[in-house]
Amino acid sequence: MPKGEKRTDWRFRIAHREALIGCALAVFNIIWWYGFAYTLGSKPPEDYTYIFGFPAWFFWSCIMGFIVMVFLVYLVVKFVLKEVPFDEEGSDER
Amino acid sequence: MNWEVLVPLLALLFVIFLIGIWSNRKLKQSTSFLSDYFLGSRELGGLVLAMTMAATYGSASSFLGGPGAAYTIGLGWVLLAMTQVATGYFVLLVLGKKFAIVTRRFKAVTLIDFLKERYQSKSVVLISAFSIVIFLFAAMAAQWIGGAYLIQTVTGLSYLGALFLFAVAVLIYVIIGGFRAVAVTDATQGIIMFVGTLVLLIGVVIAGGGIDQIMTDLMTENPNLVTPFGHDGQLTAAYVTSFWILVGVGVVGLPQVAVRAMSYRDSRSMHRALMIGTIVVGFIMLNMHLIGVFARPVLPGIEVADQVIPLIAMETLPPWVAGIVLAAPLAAMMSTVDSLLLLVSSSVVKDVYINYFKPDANRAHVKKVSIGFTAILGVIVFLLSINPPELLIYLNLFAFGGLEAAFIWPVVLGLYWKYANKHGAIASMVVGIGSYIAIYQYNETYGNLFGVHAVTIPVFLSLIAFIAFSLIFKKEPYQF
Repeated sequence: MPKGEKRTDWRFRIAHREALIGCALAVFNIIWWYGFAYTLGSKPPEDYTYIFGFPAWFFWSCIMGFIVMVFLVYLVVKFVLKEVPFDEEGSDER
Repeated sequence: MNWEVLVPLLALLFVIFLIGIWSNRKLKQSTSFLSDYFLGSRELGGLVLAMTMAATYGSASSFLGGPGAAYTIGLGWVLLAMTQVATGYFVLLVLGKKFAIVTRRFKAVTLIDFLKERYQSKSVVLISAFSIVIFLFAAMAAQWIGGAYLIQTVTGLSYLGALFLFAVAVLIYVIIGGFRAVAVTDATQGIIMFVGTLVLLIGVVIAGGGIDQIMTDLMTENPNLVTPFGHDGQLTAAYVTSFWILVGVGVVGLPQVAVRAMSYRDSRSMHRALMIGTIVVGFIMLNMHLIGVFARPVLPGIEVADQVIPLIAMETLPPWVAGIVLAAPLAAMMSTVDSLLLLVSSSVVKDVYINYFKPDANRAHVKKVSIGFTAILGVIVFLLSINPPELLIYLNLFAFGGLEAAFIWPVVLGLYWKYANKHGAIASMVVGIGSYIAIYQYNETYGNLFGVHAVTIPVFLSLIAFIAFSLIFKKEPYQF
C-alpha cells in the first residue's frame, strides 16, 4: 500500500495521546486517594466521623475514590479513545 | 477430612482440567505452535483479556498474604492495597495501542522479542531472560506456598501433601494447554474470584454484626486499626504512597502483565478490557482486604496470617459455599502460576534457546523442548517451596520490585523515546536490578531507606542510568 508511512503516523499520534491520558488519570487518582486519606485520617480516631459505618477518610479515599475512577475511565473509553487497526495492511502472521 | 468443602473445590479443579483439554484440541489445529502456546494467537476479546490480567495479577498475595496483612495491620493496609486500582487502566492505556501495533509489526510473541527487535542486542536479551528466570522463580514459589497453605487448611493434609496436590494439578494443566488454555480459564477464574469475594464479604459482615459493630469492636481493641497508620502507628504516608510505584503504575514493567497487552484482538477489545479490568481489579482488592480487616473481631487470634481467608470462609459460610468461595483464591494462584511458568519457559526456550542455539528447530522439536522445560521448571519450584517463609506476600513483592526495576524503562522508553538505545537499556537493567537487591537487603537489616519501599529508589536510579547512557552513546533516532 502506498500510504503506509502516513497511516503509521496517524495511529501513533492517537496512541501517544491515550498514553498521556493514562498518566493524567493516575495522577488524579493519587491526589484524590492521598488527599482524603491523610487529611481526614490524621485526626485522632476518637474524632472520626463515619459514613455507612466506615471512617470518613476511608469512605472518601478508598470507596468513593474507586467509584470516581471507574466513572472517569468510563468517560475516557466512551468519548475519548479512538479505534485504530493494529495490523499492517491487514496481514497477520497467521 | 472436610468433604463438604472439598467436593466443590475438587469439582472446580476438574472443570478447569476439562477446559485445558478442550483448548489443547484447538491448539493442534493451528499453524503456529509458538504463537499459540505462548500467546493464544492474539485473539483475546475484551472480557477474556480483562479477566486474564486480573487473574494473573490477583495472585496469592492479594488473596492470602494481603488480607492476612490487613488482618494484622487494619484499614491502613486496605488503603495501601487500593493503590492497585491504577493497574486496571494504567497498563492498557500506557502500553496501549502503540505496543499492540509495534509488537505485531515485530511479530513479537514475548516481551523479550519486543526488546530484542527494538534494541538489536544480544546482551539485552540475555539479561532480560536471566532476570525473568530469577525473579519469577520467587514469585512462583510464593504462589505454590499459598496454594499449599490453602489446601492444607481445608483438607487437613500435611503441608507437603498439599503442596504436591497443588503442583500436580497446575503442571498437568499448563503442559497440556499453553497460553490459550490459561487465558480462557483465567476468564472463568476471574469470574469466580469476583463473585467469591463478594459472597465472603457479605458473610463476614453478617458474622461480625454489621459494619458499625465491627468498627466499634476494632476501636475497642486498638483505635489504630481504623486509622491509615497501621496497628502500631508505623505505617507512614511516604511508605504507603511508595506502593503506587510497586503495585500501581510500576506494573507496566512486569513481563507477565505486558505480554497481555500484546494479545488483544483489536482496539475494541482493548477498550472493553480497560473498563472491565478497572472494575474487577478495584472490586476484588477492596473486598478481599476489607474481609481481612473485618475478620479480626469475628475470629481473633489467628497466628499464620496467610490462613486468615481460608479460616474465616469456613467459619462464616455454609461448608459447600465456603468450598466454592475458596476456589477463588485457588483459581487465582493456579492462573498466576500457569502464566508465570509459561513466561519463564518462553524466556528460556524461545528467547534464548531458539534465538541463539537452534534457530532452525522444527515444530516438533520446539514443542518437545517447550513442554519438557515447563515440566522441569515446575519440579524445581516444587522443591523450592518445601521450606516456606511465614509471610508469602514479601516473597511475591520482592519479585515484583525486581522485575519492575529491570524492565519498566526499557519497555516504556523503548516505546516512546526515539533516542532510547541498547546502551541505555543495559545500563538501566543492571543499575535497576543491582540497586534493588542492595537496597532490599539494606532495608531488611536497617529499616526502610528514606521510609519508602525498596523499589522506589532503583526505579529512579535506573531511569537516570537509561537516559545518561542513551545520550552518551547517542546515535540517530529510532524510527518505528
